[in-house]
Amino acid sequence: MPTKTVTGVEVDVTDDGFFTNPDQWTEAMAPELAADEGIEPLTDQHWQVLRFMRSEYAEKGTGPTVRVLGKTSGVTVKELYQLFPKGPAKIAARIAGIPKPRGCI
Amino acid sequence: MSDEPIEKVSIIVSKGSLDGIYPALIMANGARAEGIEANLFFTFFGLDAIHKKRHEHIKVATVGNPGLHVATWLGGLPGMSAVMTHVMEKQIAELDIPSIPEFVEMIADTGAGMYACKASVDLFKMDKDDFIDQVEDIITVGEFYEKAAGGQIIFT
Repeated sequence: MPTKTVTGVEVDVTDDGFFTNPDQWTEAMAPELAADEGIEPLTDQHWQVLRFMRSEYAEKGTGPTVRVLGKTSGVTVKELYQLFPKGPAKIAARIAGIPKPRGCI
Repeated sequence: MSDEPIEKVSIIVSKGSLDGIYPALIMANGARAEGIEANLFFTFFGLDAIHKKRHEHIKVATVGNPGLHVATWLGGLPGMSAVMTHVMEKQIAELDIPSIPEFVEMIADTGAGMYACKASVDLFKMDKDDFIDQVEDIITVGEFYEKAAGGQIIFT
């Protein structure tokens, strides 16, 4: 399994960069992971989404889709795409250290 | 064929039935979720998906739709399409899939472009006021190809 070094710590990831073990993630890793996605700096609104991703994953075992994020995270779909232009659910999952959300909608 | 990731899609919606419209919307929304640039082009009966007065009343075809497993004579009875549409809408809502008007609005919010086909708009004697505000423009087939340049084209 591929690994990646974030803030000097080795973590397990998939080929496309998603954490396979979300317990290896810490909040301190987020800025570096975000920079890898071309997102700097992380704003409060980015954090609102990242924390929502983490809590949804912890609760449901899968990350939310853009539709769920838009409905329940308190950030609108339009804003989500401004924060994470390359795909909000996908990119936020990578930065939040959770597997890729699998919903179709 | 190379394994280069898809970076842009142009999706043509030509059908005006529930099962004709949803797949195109799901593909457009899914593309944007992957960070893929997406444009939607509505042509012929597909225009109903963006028509202010019609997009809330999109129906499932109960005749000539063998996948529904309803006999043709039965499917043709008055009210059958409305009943089947109601059943399907309920199932769609249970999966938390948005209604067509809500879905189209959401897809516009993802930054996807929405366009109506000029030939069809002229044929049906419609104009821009008939369409929801998210429709950016009424364009010709030539303009469509310009906008689709460099990407994949999907016809539904």
